[in-house]
Amino acid sequence: MTFDVFLILNSIPTMIEGLGITLKLLFLSTVIGLALAVVTLLMRLSGHWLLTWPAMFYIYIFRGTPILVQIFIIYHGLPQFEFIREGVLWPLLREPFGCCVVALSLNAGAYVSEILRGGVLGVDRGLHEAGKALGLSTPHRFIYITTPIAVRLAIPAYSNDFISMLKATALASTVTLMDMTGVARTIVAKTFAPYEIFIAAAIVYLCFTWTFQRGFGLLERYMSRYVKKDA
Amino acid sequence: MGEEARVPIIVLEKVCKFFGQFQALKDIDLVVNKGERVVVCGPSGSGKSTMIRCINRLEEHNNGRIVVNGHELTGNLRDVNAVRREVGMVFQSFNLFPHLRVVDNLMLAQKLVRNRGKAEARERAMHLLERVKIPEQAGKWPSQLSGGQQQRVAIARALCMDPAIMLFDEPTSALDPEMISEVLDVMIDLAQEGMTMVVVTHEMGFARSVADAVVFMDAGEIVESNPPAEFFQNPRNERTRLFLSQILSH
Ligand SMILES: Nc1ncnc2c1ncn2[C@@H]1O[C@H](COP(=O)(O)OP(=O)(O)O)[C@@H](O)[C@H]1O
Ligand SMILES: [Mg+2]
Repeated sequence: MTFDVFLILNSIPTMIEGLGITLKLLFLSTVIGLALAVVTLLMRLSGHWLLTWPAMFYIYIFRGTPILVQIFIIYHGLPQFEFIREGVLWPLLREPFGCCVVALSLNAGAYVSEILRGGVLGVDRGLHEAGKALGLSTPHRFIYITTPIAVRLAIPAYSNDFISMLKATALASTVTLMDMTGVARTIVAKTFAPYEIFIAAAIVYLCFTWTFQRGFGLLERYMSRYVKKDA
Repeated sequence: MGEEARVPIIVLEKVCKFFGQFQALKDIDLVVNKGERVVVCGPSGSGKSTMIRCINRLEEHNNGRIVVNGHELTGNLRDVNAVRREVGMVFQSFNLFPHLRVVDNLMLAQKLVRNRGKAEARERAMHLLERVKIPEQAGKWPSQLSGGQQQRVAIARALCMDPAIMLFDEPTSALDPEMISEVLDVMIDLAQEGMTMVVVTHEMGFARSVADAVVFMDAGEIVESNPPAEFFQNPRNERTRLFLSQILSH
C-alpha cells in the first residue's frame, strides 16, 4: 500500500473550502441551541408541570435519538407533510443547510439545558439564602448570583458539548452539504485515495478542536479567578 | 433600656413548624423589644436556626403568628419583602457571594433593593468596612480572606441595608478559635449602639456581657428565658442546668 504525504498536504487547502459551511453550521446551531437551552432550563426550573413536562419531553426525545436520525427525519420526513410545505419554516426546511441547523440546534438545546441545569443545581444553597435575607427578588438572585456561578460550573461540560457539535456537523455531508467532510468525500471520489484525504480532514478537525479547547480553557480560568487555588 | 421604651419589634405567638411529620418548633412564644439583645442557646437540633429563620421567612411557619416591625408574616409577598428589608442576617457559613469582590458584595443589594446609585452604595460600603475594621480588603475576593474577616464582611453587608434588626445564626461556630473575638468585638460594638439583635450562639461570655435575655431551647421548645444573671446563676429547669454544665465545663 502506498501512502502519499503530498496528497494530504495538497488536499488541505481544498478542504478549507468546506470550512465555511462547517463553521457556519457550528456557530448558528450553538447560538440557537444556547437560546433554546436557556428557555428549556427556565421551563424546567419553573416548577409548573405545564412547563416542566414539555421541557422534559423535548430533552428526552433529542437526547434519546441519534443526531443522524434526527437530520434524516427533518430532511426526508418533514417535506412529506402538506402543512410543512406551506408553513413559514418551509424556506428553511427546504434547504439541507436549514435542516441541519434545525437538527443540530434542537440537539444542542436539549443537551446544553441539562448542562446548565447541572450548573444551577451546583450553586450553594446558602448563597440563595443570603440573597433572600438581603431582600433580593427571585429574578435578581437568578441573574446576579445563580447565573454567574452556574456558568462557571457549566463551562467544562459545555466545552465538551461544543466540541461534540463541531464533530456532529460532519453529519451534514450525508444530506448533500459541502461542509469539510462533504468536500473530503468529493475529493475521495475523484482521487480514490480515501486514506490520505480523510487523514487530511482529521487534521483540520483536530486543529479546530485544539483551538476551541484552549479557548474554553482560558475562559474557564478567567471565570474561576475568584476561586481559591489549593496549594 | 428604660421600662418606658419597651416597644415590641419581634413577636412570635404559638409558632409551630413542621418538616413533614417532624415538629421542629412547638408553640414558640417570644417577644423582642426594640434595642434588646436576645441570645438563644440549646443543644444541636433543638430548633434554634429554624426559629430565627422563621423571623425573616427563610422558613415558613405552619401555625401561630409572627409579627416583625409591624408586618405580620403570612403568605403575602409584600410583607415578606418589607420584613427582609428591615432584618439583616448573618450565617454560620458566611455565605459571601464568591464571584463578587468584597466591596461589590456590600453594594449589590444596596443597588438592587435600596435603589442606591453606585457612588452612594460604594460610600456606604466603605464606611461599613471601616466599621468592621477591614477597609483594606475591599478589592479582594472573599476566598482571599480569613474566616474572621469573611464573617465581618458578612456583617457589614447586612448593615449596609440599614436593618432595624440583626439575626445571627452561630456566627462564630465555623471560625478558628483565634478569630472568634474579632467577630464578637464587632457584635459587641453593634449591641452598644443599640441594635436589636437575636443571636444564636454558645459564646456564654458574649451572652453575659451584652444579652438582655438568654433563651434556652430544647426539642423545639423554649424551655427557659431569663436575664443572663438569673439564667446562669439560677437555672430553673433541669434541662437548662444539664446544658449549662456541659457547655461551661469546657
Ligand atoms: N429543611 C429541613 N428539613 C427537614 N428537617 C429539618 C430541616 N431543617 C431542620 N430540620 C430539623 O429540625 C430540627 C431543628 O433544626 P435546627 O433548627 O437546625 O436546629 P439547631 O439550629 O438548634 O441545631 C433538627 O432536628 C433538624 O434535623
Ligand atoms: Mg443551627
